[in-house]
Amino acid sequence: MREPVAEFEPVLLANVGKENSHTLAAYEAAGGYRALKQALREKTPGDILNLVRASNLRGRGGAGFPTGLKWSFLPEGHPGPIYLCVNADESEPGTFCNRVLMEDDPHQVLEGTILSSYATRASVAYIYLRYEYTKSLRRLERAIAECRAAGYLGRNILGSAFSLEITIHRGAGAYICGEETGLIESLEGRRAWPRIKPPFPAVEGLFRKPTVVNNVETLACVAHIVARGADWFKSMGTPADPHNPRDPGSYGPKLYEVSGHVNRPGVYEAPLGLPCRELIDGFAGGVWKGRKAKAVVPGGLSTGLLRGDELDTKLDFDGPICAGCLGLGTAGTIVLDESYPIIDFLYNSCRFFAHESCGQCTPCREGTQWALELVSRIKAGRGRLRDLDLLAEIGATIGIIPGTTICGLADGAAWPIKTAINKFRDELEETIKRTNPTGYGQVEPPPALTDRPACIAANR
Amino acid sequence: MPATQTILTDDLREAIRAHFPKYPTRRAVVLPALHLVEERLGCVPPPAVVEIAGLLDLHPAEVQDVLSFYGFFKQDKPRGRVRVWVCRSLSCACRGGEDLLEYLCERLAVRPGETTEDGAVSLEFAECLGACDLAPAMLAGDELIGNLTREKIDAFVAGLRRGPGSPESAE
Repeated sequence: MREPVAEFEPVLLANVGKENSHTLAAYEAAGGYRALKQALREKTPGDILNLVRASNLRGRGGAGFPTGLKWSFLPEGHPGPIYLCVNADESEPGTFCNRVLMEDDPHQVLEGTILSSYATRASVAYIYLRYEYTKSLRRLERAIAECRAAGYLGRNILGSAFSLEITIHRGAGAYICGEETGLIESLEGRRAWPRIKPPFPAVEGLFRKPTVVNNVETLACVAHIVARGADWFKSMGTPADPHNPRDPGSYGPKLYEVSGHVNRPGVYEAPLGLPCRELIDGFAGGVWKGRKAKAVVPGGLSTGLLRGDELDTKLDFDGPICAGCLGLGTAGTIVLDESYPIIDFLYNSCRFFAHESCGQCTPCREGTQWALELVSRIKAGRGRLRDLDLLAEIGATIGIIPGTTICGLADGAAWPIKTAINKFRDELEETIKRTNPTGYGQVEPPPALTDRPACIAANR
Repeated sequence: MPATQTILTDDLREAIRAHFPKYPTRRAVVLPALHLVEERLGCVPPPAVVEIAGLLDLHPAEVQDVLSFYGFFKQDKPRGRVRVWVCRSLSCACRGGEDLLEYLCERLAVRPGETTEDGAVSLEFAECLGACDLAPAMLAGDELIGNLTREKIDAFVAGLRRGPGSPESAE
């Protein structure tokens, strides 16, 4: 086994796996909260905002929006309150690095949250935590209590004029709550239907006040940027394209999650831009059972598929896009070996998004359901080649990108469909022909999977 | 039922009110309140929805609207003492998660969404538990059980039979 990225020393995972890493004592012993103390003594909120902007930090939750730019949309001189929401609703299939951070190093997350609240002048931070993260809840509650006792939270933190309260708000098992305005609606006590933007949350967000929503890993990065500086952060990753002034580049350390058919599933840290192959073979011990990878989800289910021959793709913000995927997403990589049927991937993905569509926008609510029914029919041995065109049509017409939905959930539903059909059409056609040898060529609308006359008769 | 009798005990009302100072609106306490009631009663029956609405100055339909958005809250009868979610999303499914969900269904003689006859377990499927590194995974109450196998399911079921304690007591 060769040593992957030998010169890189993990920062986000530096404490993870060490004894009592979740306690304040261990975090402080490793240098924790020094950045906060120094910042409150020597830096203004504007200084921190400029530092984060200079670092080109991009959000780690999926969209990759520049964090400093997001913060800079907050109105200046607002009388308050301003809110910070910590997006800890991590629910994208293949994604679990926020869980690891909150369980094993909650103070790192809190220090980033406190510093980010200071920079954005937020007086209240809500951690929107998915219900299923029970250990994260216990660890965060304890860490918050430790912070209060130590003077890192509450009124006049460390003797400064800055005050902050942090409240944990538990979700109830809905993927859509990870969408930032869905999260806000859910926190306000409404169904989590995403909002039309603008207004963006920075202008009118939680309780109609200026609000910043940031992912757990993003906030952890802020703590390190304040501690080590923007130059340190920009010393690693994929530089911005010098010919494109709007490219913020892909800088800093990143948590890469690997799961599926690998020998060592887990979360690993490397500078942004790690080649997919390096992640699978170098970190995760290769594909299991000595097999080859047929397909790889590069960044959480919604990003779609890379083919087994596209594994030189760099996992930075642009790499997966260049390979026809939705983006880097959450860098939650799922490896599927050569024995795994692509139709099973499609079924699993379509089922997930049909289940998690919030129902607000018709193209998403109906499109995800139709896609699931088409794929179910193929799996039941009644597929037609034409169904692939119908699926592709759904994939091309639902989402923000074609302009038919309010939020990106439908784009996330579309990309697995589109990439599976674009990249594995031969296999899918073979599956349909093999399982429906007499009917695969039909083009007339076939009867639904459920036997309608029988259903009607039964209901009489 | 006499008019004075309520579903929410004084304790439960106090626990809900304790959330008020954390938010600028009472509406924001809907989800915390639903969780509290679900934890104590095992479900949120319609009369409890009306009482929550009364505490939060909302119309009952507003509380019901939120409740029904999430697949999380039962209304018809209390769930089992332990709530079990078996993940069926891709990372778990490609390592046998769906077969294990089916196996647990057989062992408990229930389908996902149902509660065992003795009231011990409510079984559900989950969409991605965020434990893909431990796939296949299931969550039993507060306990995450990773690298799930038939043997681990057998042990879990045997633990249920051992006594009134939940599987957490065997931790």
